[in-house]
Amino acid sequence: MKGVGPTTPAASQPPLLEKEGRSSRGAVRAEVLLWLAQRASAAVLGIAVLIHLATMSYAVRGGISAAEILARTRGSLGWLLFYGVFVLAVAVHVPIGLRTIAQEWAGWRGAGLDVIVVAIAFALLALGWRAVWAVCA
Amino acid sequence: MSASLLQVRVWRGGATGAFRSYEVPRRESQTVLDVVTYIQRRLEPGLAYRFACRVGMCGSCAMTVNGVARWTCRTHVAKAVVHDTLEIAPLANLPVIRDLVTDMREFFDKWARAKGRFVPTATRRDDFAVVCPDRPERRAADAAIECIGCGVCYASCDVVRWNPAYLGPAALNRAWTLVNDVRDGDHRTRLAAVAGDAGCHACHTQMGCTERCPKEIAPTASIAGLKRATARAAVKGEL
Ligand code: FES
Repeated sequence: MKGVGPTTPAASQPPLLEKEGRSSRGAVRAEVLLWLAQRASAAVLGIAVLIHLATMSYAVRGGISAAEILARTRGSLGWLLFYGVFVLAVAVHVPIGLRTIAQEWAGWRGAGLDVIVVAIAFALLALGWRAVWAVCA
Repeated sequence: MSASLLQVRVWRGGATGAFRSYEVPRRESQTVLDVVTYIQRRLEPGLAYRFACRVGMCGSCAMTVNGVARWTCRTHVAKAVVHDTLEIAPLANLPVIRDLVTDMREFFDKWARAKGRFVPTATRRDDFAVVCPDRPERRAADAAIECIGCGVCYASCDVVRWNPAYLGPAALNRAWTLVNDVRDGDHRTRLAAVAGDAGCHACHTQMGCTERCPKEIAPTASIAGLKRATARAAVKGEL
């Protein structure tokens, strides 16, 4: 007699886990972790952009020169850390977003796309940190 | 006002076809399904459409009425009519078989792909499971369980339209009820099946589904729940 419905024991179900390959499961996990990194970096950016804009509009009241900015930022560990984290969040957030846009709007997927967005991530990180170092060190 | 007539434009044909116009007498408490039935019985015997229960239980009567996906048996003409005119088309985002009948196979295949089937852990020799109605999981499942599978959410979702692989609100909502079913034995496979860019992570929270669901379910909330559950599983290495 074949069991049907809620009385069927779990053992008689097809072994679903085995059918999905290990690599595809790893890929699913990677996608979800990317999504999580996107959310977490967005949260950091939300706060960082606010602080950035508030500081700028406060600092430039009545005009400001490059020399005056540098006088405030040079040797400031606080600004170095703040903008260091800001750049890191950008370097995480932007490439993941671009990757999603490429997938959704251009139907572009695969290793080639991943290589490009990783390159964009490192470029943003390098350029951003270089600028932060130049202003704060 | 016995002279009151409805101007009704009905889709005839398959993927290609045209609207054809009919005049239907206006009646009190008339539903859109009443209008379609009138046309089929009196004016156009060849008109193809689906219905079964007429009381909002079976989910077979959904159509696009004046551009909006609706369950026609529970939609009064008064609610949908514009200038005494109704335009009735098959549901969007599904292949049209003929006239108002769509091919629902892909819609339901996606329920299967989302592992929308209960995987029992008990046998017939076990006693009934006792699930406390106050448990958070039970409440979450309750909020999503009344789906009748009409496809209105699927037809109202822009992500379904541009990403054909997307499982869609109904299948993901079903998966969410099972993720919250404490008797189910295969949460892990299900979470893996609903993650990624064909699954819950494709949702842009546009809430077309939640806006249109005739049962007032919020698939968007279910999908958000799946995002949280899959994130938790991914962090723990359980995906
Ligand atoms: S005919 Fe059953 S839901 Fe409308």
